[in-house]
Amino acid sequence: MTLSSILIQLLNGLASASSLFLVSAGLSLIFGVTRIVNFAHGSLYMLGLYGAYTLIEVLGRTPLGFWSAVVLAALAVGIAGVLIEVLVLRRVYRAPELFQLLATFAVVLVIKDIALFAWGPEDLVGPRAPGFDTAVEILGKRIPSYDLLLIAIGPVVLAVLWLLLTRTRWGALVRAATQDREMVGALGVDQAKLFTSVFFAGAVLAGLGGALQIPREPANLDLDLAIIADAFVITVVGGLGSIGGAFLAAILIGVAKAFCIGIGTVDWFGLEISFSKLTLVVEFLIMALVLVVRPYGLLGKPQAVQRIAAEPSPPLTAPTWKMALVWMAVLVAVPLVADRYVTILLTDIVCFALFAVSLHFIMGPAGMVSFGHAAYFGLGAYAAGLLFKQAGLPMEAALLLAPLCAGAFAIVYGWFCVRLSGVYLAMLTLAFAQISWSIVFQWDSFTGGSNGVLGIWPSAWLADKTTYYYLALACCGLGIAFLWRVLFSPFGFTLRAGRDSPLRAEAIGIDLRGVQWAAFVLVGALAGLAGAVYAFSKGSISPSAISIAQSTDGLIMVLLGGVETLTGPIVGAAIFTWLRDEVARRTEFWRAVMGGVILVIVLLFPQGLVGGLKALALRWQEQRA
Amino acid sequence: MLTRNYLLAGAAALAALSLAGPAGAQAPIKIGELNSYKNFPAFLEPYKKGVDLAVDEVNAAGGVLGRKLEIVSRDDNGNPGDAVRVAEELLSREGVSFLIGTFPSHVGLAVSDFAKQRKVLFIAAEPLTDKLVWEAGNPYTFRLRTSTYMQTAMLIPDAVKLNKKRWAIVYPNYEYGQSATAAFKKLLSAKQPGVEFVAEQAAPLGKIDAGAVVQALADAKPDAIFSSLFGADLAKFVREGAQRGLFKDVAVFNLLAGEPEYLDPLKEEAPDGWYVTGYPWSEIKTPEHGKFVAAYQAKYKDYPRLGSVVGYSTVISAVEAIKKAGSLDQAKLIAAMSGLKHMTPFGAIEYRPIDHQSTMGAYVGRIGVKDGKGYMKEWRFVDGKDALPSDDEVMKMRPKN
Amino acid sequence: MTAVLQVEGLHKAFGGVQAVADVSFTVSAGEMLALIGPNGAGKSTCFNMLNGQLSPDLGIVRLEGRDIVGLRPRTIWRLGVGRTFQITATFASLGVRENVQMALYSHAGRLRSMLQRFGAAFRTEADALLSQVGMLDQAERTCGVLAYGDLKRVELAMALANQPRLLLMDEPTAGMAPKERVALMELTAGLARARGIAVLFTEHDMDVVFSQADRIIVLDRGQLIAGGTPDEIRNNAAVRTVYLGGTH
Repeated sequence: MTLSSILIQLLNGLASASSLFLVSAGLSLIFGVTRIVNFAHGSLYMLGLYGAYTLIEVLGRTPLGFWSAVVLAALAVGIAGVLIEVLVLRRVYRAPELFQLLATFAVVLVIKDIALFAWGPEDLVGPRAPGFDTAVEILGKRIPSYDLLLIAIGPVVLAVLWLLLTRTRWGALVRAATQDREMVGALGVDQAKLFTSVFFAGAVLAGLGGALQIPREPANLDLDLAIIADAFVITVVGGLGSIGGAFLAAILIGVAKAFCIGIGTVDWFGLEISFSKLTLVVEFLIMALVLVVRPYGLLGKPQAVQRIAAEPSPPLTAPTWKMALVWMAVLVAVPLVADRYVTILLTDIVCFALFAVSLHFIMGPAGMVSFGHAAYFGLGAYAAGLLFKQAGLPMEAALLLAPLCAGAFAIVYGWFCVRLSGVYLAMLTLAFAQISWSIVFQWDSFTGGSNGVLGIWPSAWLADKTTYYYLALACCGLGIAFLWRVLFSPFGFTLRAGRDSPLRAEAIGIDLRGVQWAAFVLVGALAGLAGAVYAFSKGSISPSAISIAQSTDGLIMVLLGGVETLTGPIVGAAIFTWLRDEVARRTEFWRAVMGGVILVIVLLFPQGLVGGLKALALRWQEQRA
Repeated sequence: MLTRNYLLAGAAALAALSLAGPAGAQAPIKIGELNSYKNFPAFLEPYKKGVDLAVDEVNAAGGVLGRKLEIVSRDDNGNPGDAVRVAEELLSREGVSFLIGTFPSHVGLAVSDFAKQRKVLFIAAEPLTDKLVWEAGNPYTFRLRTSTYMQTAMLIPDAVKLNKKRWAIVYPNYEYGQSATAAFKKLLSAKQPGVEFVAEQAAPLGKIDAGAVVQALADAKPDAIFSSLFGADLAKFVREGAQRGLFKDVAVFNLLAGEPEYLDPLKEEAPDGWYVTGYPWSEIKTPEHGKFVAAYQAKYKDYPRLGSVVGYSTVISAVEAIKKAGSLDQAKLIAAMSGLKHMTPFGAIEYRPIDHQSTMGAYVGRIGVKDGKGYMKEWRFVDGKDALPSDDEVMKMRPKN
Repeated sequence: MTAVLQVEGLHKAFGGVQAVADVSFTVSAGEMLALIGPNGAGKSTCFNMLNGQLSPDLGIVRLEGRDIVGLRPRTIWRLGVGRTFQITATFASLGVRENVQMALYSHAGRLRSMLQRFGAAFRTEADALLSQVGMLDQAERTCGVLAYGDLKRVELAMALANQPRLLLMDEPTAGMAPKERVALMELTAGLARARGIAVLFTEHDMDVVFSQADRIIVLDRGQLIAGGTPDEIRNNAAVRTVYLGGTH
């Protein structure tokens, strides 16, 4: 790279950092104050682009039309944010941690289908910005003047936010709430109003970030998920709740991407390395590095210890043997009475049930939320496939060894993850999942690249779908039983104790990190078993099994069923898989219907399905007594 | 948008009627169709319309083997695991005779492998990956669409003619872009010894950092560019490249960019002079295409996209296979598919016995801009059979049995 | 009486602010030593250096003659140091008995098992400890629902579970009703004397301090300004200045 191209790539990086910063700043604000992991933030960004596109069409491609469209689109998205907060989130603030994530996930599904319905499936290429539609020459190279404008907008927004936060009463409240949520309640501030206003501000930023992209990016239906991961990464790399940190992180990641592209393919000692392929994962590599060195991001602070835990987790109750046996009997009998497809769907459900139970184990009782649990599911599946195809092992051996391989990865990833806590830990698990995904995705000669591994079918004696279902039921059933057993063992109690009070655990001689690390490996191996069983049931495995979507599915299953009960994740896995199958078959806009159903569940059962039903049953009993 | 529901409702009503009707009325022949409708709606909504149009026509003409035709469609969520599950559902619950459809390569390959395991016919509609019929080919899988290799090969003569020395390449970083790039480099090097590939940019699908990519390509000072971008990536690349002057005096070749799905959104910014494969729907005057467009526009009040042709032709292939086989027996269907010849809006095609690839061709031409819209100029139709490697090469790639 | 804990020349600074400077004292077996001082005097810093949560910049901490500086809290616990916290730290989702059992299992090194059922072992031992602190009747309840004073008792039972030589109690009666405070500390003092446990505690309630402590040391702005029996401290001029209209 010449000096001039280095400079231009720097400017390119800064220009793309600008919108990333706006979106992330909004996300950071919302998280800081409300502690909500707002999955729908990317959808708000997407609405910003669509809104700007339509408004420019209406107001005309004049400077006035363009800029008023951008501002109006941002404000409209702000109102959409308020609606989401008032209609949905406000009703579930008292739910267990992360439950709101489920609600925002449902909102993502609904918004995506609304956008499809309203704007159609085709990409909408917006106009260039009037007055900024030409390029400027710098050192003999041309760069769009709009990019330079974007570079300037970033710091301006940062300054405005800084003034708002430091010079206004609202800002003082936001900062106080970010530091210590209880204090604001104690000060007698109307918390609902504060939350709504923060949601408005965060959504406006997301909408503005989107609207400003319209001259650079066509409005399309994939934008929501494309931006949300980046926005989370930037928020976390910068430090949760730190606007300045988000700014730094956005620049760091924007520029790093531009340079990966600028460097292109290089030859090092005869080894050809393509930096452009690194763009697939560079933000996650940066996040992993930053979190390993700085556990609270670049400018984040350790969160104030909550004086009283929000709501102590209720004690766990073990399912009785009688119940377990009844259920097993039902599950064994199903293929005898139901049609073939029910067996196939149940095989999926059984695999996802073990996947969800292993995730629940780590995020519920062990208190370590994983956003990247698909890593172990997928790596287990790949291990099974590769041991079978590449190493030529018999299918049975591959199935048994796969969990060990997944566990081996969990040994490495877990060692780093248990050093962090809260959302930082969750995001580091996501980083490792994405790094695994990108390697699998890229390593054509070994993993089959984006196509995956084909032809991994079970041995002849298991080829029959019903037989395979029984195998899956046995493997996953034993896996689940084992995990539950462990929860009530001294080891499991230690994990729960460590979640309740790390301080006390240390003070009674417990090496909490060691125990948590072991738990990581354990659930990694069992998620790997689920993945291996899944792989052989499908005959092929592709990188989707390690994708963010797969990890998200796991979270949705656990939260849907209820994180505070043992059977919740199983019910969640069953309902989610069945619902998707059923809804997708019956309606065109199945995503919106799916989102709607989840929203109804969220609003009716803020403890998840099983938690909610248990509470109902209890109330009924009390009334009878 | 609601046609599918209406169709399903209509089919259900028909089924109810036929049950209540006079004895002898037979149940419809069901074919299972699965696709990533929500992941690639820009291509697949027109595709679905093409499918429905074909079904209407077939049934209006009396159906197949004296029975009505019914396509049961499912969304595979763009995920091979889900695809295999819905394929199972179609076969075991819906009782479909065989499978058609799929869009992304990995889903196509997974369903193909599943078809082999279940020993049922699978006609892949849109997946472009060469592996589907070659390295991972199997006796049960046939593919309609002009593959990555074929489309790339169709652009090679123009590329050779220009005799440019320094080539830069940009592609979406997954199977399709990777194999397009590999095929292009191989074919061009063979025809034009001494050609240099001076830069290669792999952009994450749907997330291209267009400004930086354009700059990096410009830094390599190429004489020509080969791109396999499409959709939003293409739109971003075109705009950034134009603004930064990348395309000035540089020849650009771009697979698929002439397909209305990807060309039309560019409107007046469609890049003039690019060499592309695509679908100049308004200018094709063959009778078979004219009939198709007329029927399509009459039914939907909209012009067809390439997806419409693919959806329509896939159904026709399925119907012709059944007619030729004279039964729904898998062995007979597969035997019928091999060497099956029929008409499509793009003319006659044949499913080659050697690798089960159809010879459906594609339109090659250059992009022009007229009345604020992009269109294909100087186009010609290339028959698919002229864009395939020699039989020896194919035999070497395709596993025996 | 032999010194169980011996502290010599302890120093700790945070970013230039000397939080604890040259603090030395000893606690003997069976002795109740109160560490008092106004807010911000450095009591908690001092405490956290004794059980390993903070490491001192300078100084020696000996437990029964063994240097424990630089050891982790969990290692120090294994050497026989029990701890209660200013804000109670118990396992809220576990039962009262289970909380105590956790400490007992840990003491016996039996927490690693993944297959045994937790709770069968050390039941009687746990109940014995609970009855000593007067919590046996609530053994089945979940800690999360207990009153604050009861949590303090559970903490005490947990702290006693490893038969400690030294008990570190940071504000053990904070948040309790006055009557409860004296009762809890009387209980502690009784146990300490009976078992020969050295107890170091900080406390705001002077009634509790002067009625229960055998000896008192006074910390002000990081430095020890006085030490002696309750009577001596009561009459110490320097202490009076600090507490009654000194420079604070």
